[in-house]
Amino acid sequence: MHSDPAEIKKSIRTYMLVGAVLLVGTVITVAANQLHLEVPLAITVALIIATTKGSFVAAVFMHLSHEKKWIYGALLLTVAFFIVLMTVPFLTVNDNIGTPITVSAPEHAGH
Amino acid sequence: MEIPYIVETRADTGLNNSKLGIWLFLASEVMLFGALFSTYIILRVGAPEWPHGELSVLFGTINTVILISSSVTMVMAWASLKMNEWAKHRMYLIVTILLASVFLVNKFFEYAEHVGKGELPSHDTFFAIYFTLTGLHGLHIVGGIVVMLYLLGPGAKLHKKNPEMFTNRIEATGLYWHFVDLVWIFLFPVLYLL
Repeated sequence: MHSDPAEIKKSIRTYMLVGAVLLVGTVITVAANQLHLEVPLAITVALIIATTKGSFVAAVFMHLSHEKKWIYGALLLTVAFFIVLMTVPFLTVNDNIGTPITVSAPEHAGH
Repeated sequence: MEIPYIVETRADTGLNNSKLGIWLFLASEVMLFGALFSTYIILRVGAPEWPHGELSVLFGTINTVILISSSVTMVMAWASLKMNEWAKHRMYLIVTILLASVFLVNKFFEYAEHVGKGELPSHDTFFAIYFTLTGLHGLHIVGGIVVMLYLLGPGAKLHKKNPEMFTNRIEATGLYWHFVDLVWIFLFPVLYLL
């Protein structure tokens, strides 16, 4: 992170620019919603825009574009666990807990 | 006894402990909101149908603009402090607090509208997850306002005694605030648009 006042002065223009980009991103998100895309495509588009905006916030406002490796390490672990957390819903596809087990009737039932 | 490495940098990490501490806290926050987003996915995928257009996109858009603007003013509050512009720093901090308060007022009106229509968390799965996610996010906004008010009021005395430590506190508050903004950037499309 910058600590020299002259460097910080230069960064101010970047902060303003990123603020403007984020506002434009918000307008694009809302405009894309007006296109009434199919749900899977709409989710993809919205998440791509949100991820781009989030990356700008993290990289510039939170100064992640030039941080120490210990912070990157901590965040890398967080990302790994976050991915695991996000894949948990997909495991529910094979989850039979609470689903009634239907036993098929024997072929010679009644004989 | 003074706590070591609050201001000075540790040789092994290249960081002071305050900064590493706030980042580890934010990592835990990622997991907290991540668990709720994960819950949202499970509920949405499992639902036979999912409501659309239940929330006001205008309210959501206005609140997004407010939070993004507050992130800019927050980073400017920190930058002003680094450039020894005390009056500017306080002005930006006050604007950030005001923007955060306007966000909460908007949220109050939005909640009031839904409650008036009987759309409580018990109404359906969508409103249950909507109130949970936005309520928790709103609590984070309240937390941020409390910290910023402290740094604007009694906490500001530290600047005279130890300006570097005060700047670090503003930086840590800023990191928290940008995280709160980042969470909203994802909440807005997920709840209001999709």
